[in-house]
Amino acid sequence: MNFDFSEEQKLLQQTARDFLAEQSPLSTCREVLEGDAPYAAALWKGAAEMGWQGAVIPESFGGAGFGHLELAMIAEEVGRALAPIPFGPSVYLATEALLRFGSPAQQKSWLPRLADGSAIGCFAFAERPGQNAFESVEAKVSGGKLSGTKLPVGDGDVASLAIVAAQDGGRVGLHLVDLSTSGVTRTPLESFDPSRSQAKLVFEGAACEPLAGTDAAAIAKLLDVAAVLQAFEQVGAATRALEITREFVLGRYAFGKPIAAFQSIKHRLADLWCEIELARSNAYYAAWALSNDSPELAAAAPLARIAASEAFEHVTVEMIQMHGGVGYTWEYDCHLFYRRAKLLSASLGTPRYWKNLLVDRLRASRAA
Amino acid sequence: MDFNDTPEEAAFRAEAVAWLEANAERRQPGDTDNPLNEATTPEMVAEAKAWQKKKADAGWACITWPKEYGGRGATPMQNVIWNEEQAKFRTPRDIYGIGIGMCGPTILAHGTPEQRKRWIPKLISGEEVWCQLFSEPSAGSDLAGLRSTAVRQGDDWIVNGQKIWTTGAQFCDWGVLVVRTDPTVAKHAGLTYFVVDMHAPGVEIRPITQINQGRGFNEVFFTDVRIPDDQRISEVGNGWAVSITTLMNERQSIGAGGGLGALEDLIDYAAALEIDGRPAIEDGHVRERIADFVVKARGLKNTSLRTLTALSQGRMPGPEASMGKLVGAVLQQEASSFAMELAGAAGGLLDAGQLPEATLWAERYLSIPGLRIAGGTDEVLRNIIAERVLGLPPDARADKGIAFKDIPTGPPSKK
Repeated sequence: MNFDFSEEQKLLQQTARDFLAEQSPLSTCREVLEGDAPYAAALWKGAAEMGWQGAVIPESFGGAGFGHLELAMIAEEVGRALAPIPFGPSVYLATEALLRFGSPAQQKSWLPRLADGSAIGCFAFAERPGQNAFESVEAKVSGGKLSGTKLPVGDGDVASLAIVAAQDGGRVGLHLVDLSTSGVTRTPLESFDPSRSQAKLVFEGAACEPLAGTDAAAIAKLLDVAAVLQAFEQVGAATRALEITREFVLGRYAFGKPIAAFQSIKHRLADLWCEIELARSNAYYAAWALSNDSPELAAAAPLARIAASEAFEHVTVEMIQMHGGVGYTWEYDCHLFYRRAKLLSASLGTPRYWKNLLVDRLRASRAA
Repeated sequence: MDFNDTPEEAAFRAEAVAWLEANAERRQPGDTDNPLNEATTPEMVAEAKAWQKKKADAGWACITWPKEYGGRGATPMQNVIWNEEQAKFRTPRDIYGIGIGMCGPTILAHGTPEQRKRWIPKLISGEEVWCQLFSEPSAGSDLAGLRSTAVRQGDDWIVNGQKIWTTGAQFCDWGVLVVRTDPTVAKHAGLTYFVVDMHAPGVEIRPITQINQGRGFNEVFFTDVRIPDDQRISEVGNGWAVSITTLMNERQSIGAGGGLGALEDLIDYAAALEIDGRPAIEDGHVRERIADFVVKARGLKNTSLRTLTALSQGRMPGPEASMGKLVGAVLQQEASSFAMELAGAAGGLLDAGQLPEATLWAERYLSIPGLRIAGGTDEVLRNIIAERVLGLPPDARADKGIAFKDIPTGPPSKK
């Protein structure tokens, strides 16, 4: 029995944590949130030099050739730092899609650039407000040309390539679009978390290439993979939010003692700690399933995703509440976490979506 | 990450399974005990004693305890493997949870060599059954506020007072007892820890009927009960420190309780019941609730895998082990309430003739409040996590630094 990361993996995590402590303090997140730059370009470059974007890309394509356990460790640290970089869409979705479904030519063309950070990928699925069903995708491919609107697309304003869900001959699949080609219009959107940008992409006869074999099951699997990695990001961020809140309540005095000494605070922090630990355990299990290509991933991915989304949201709600008035100010960092929690929860299927999926999959496995 | 046994663990597991196969009957799928049920009849006690003796004779009882007293000197991880495998076999209902889980480890930690030799071998062989005499009517979460007394008289101590919530006292031979030996010092400083003969004159045991009509708990009254001084564990006045050893072992053994797998049965249950003319499992609210329960239950299960890993690597679980009972008990209560609701008006029945599954959930709902209180209430566990895991300050205490006799008390409770 060894349900733990290896010493090498932990060392990698520590290296990532040290690097981000140096290169991405919360002020870096705030700079992007307040400024005009869509992401922290220097940090993105530094991360690429550390090999993070190419963590699971084979060395033959310029990647680090690590497995998903290593990438999960990096994701946790990216979350912990609230790193304002297009990591999730590019690494968990676009890169994974190319690794799984890309032709040798597509891989050769894109993976080296994704690995060294010179290209950013994004994933374009949703088309309008509401919970978009796979079957209701309206974007269409005809004769190798893509038409339709995608909204919102995380990092769609800065990406070089998009993996786009679209109908082709009546079936929905994934298509690769070089966003520098003609027929692509991008419009940045106001993001709930301006440290992470979002856009509207309009395709009007844009050239595209299909990703082979991307049927409903393949896309669902891709989303499972991304969900696990994003869960680590959420757990990392939730843990940091709890640590910051803990420090605050220890230092804040009221009625002659630290407010951390009141049970109304202590008990809520204890409950949040439990919730985050449960989310961490579910994420660990999902990482194991992912790295072993186990059929357990079908249940493990939703479990990790639901627990992480809810834990992160809950801790940020309490973070502001326990900080009191200052927690509601622009100047304090609570809202950076509050915003990121909501964005990450919304950006890859909401808890409702994953709960439905979980029950369907558990039913199917019990019937089998 | 690797869920497989190490070669040493695998060899140990094979040895355990071989013995179990030869000495017990393997359970069929779905054949599980309700972990909340307790042994209540003399026949059940006799069966439990016979099984314990059989294990002890073969070296499979109290396996983590030292060999010199009849244990096996096994590692905590081997103990986990043994428990996993034993659970797959039909065995009598356990009556040694308190003795082996709490009393034994306390005596091993704080007893003299003579005391260990006197009690541990018969605890292992199951000849003697033990209980724990801690809580009192006016001292529950505030255990150190207990009021039973022991007064020194020559080589003996004379004990008076009342204990409560004593599991299994009616068939026990010995009990661990913490009482006040000095009311003139601060409350934690005036306690002393003893072993008491449950058959001694002046010990009176009265079962308590629980809300689920179980009678596993008792009140125990002490009237001028004489305890020889050689049954005192550790120094006079050191009873609190010794008690903490017992309590930490208690939380770990209660926290290890299973039964959470059953929550996923809600999926089949909801598929078989109707809401508005279609299977309840197709209802969005039902699906969401079930998903929420499973997320927590699997989270606990996966957390226990992390705990096992720590054990396997030779580390001991710390205060974070309090989480299992805290989260698990509330989860079971909410899930059983929800399951009753799924049955519609029939959720108001406790009639196994109508719908056996509904009765199981309803019985669980009646049992669970006890689990949220026993072995540290939810509130105490939250304090432990807040103070020992998160490092938050302890509560301000109105009784701090005051001699016990001067601490204010409320009026006696009426009922």
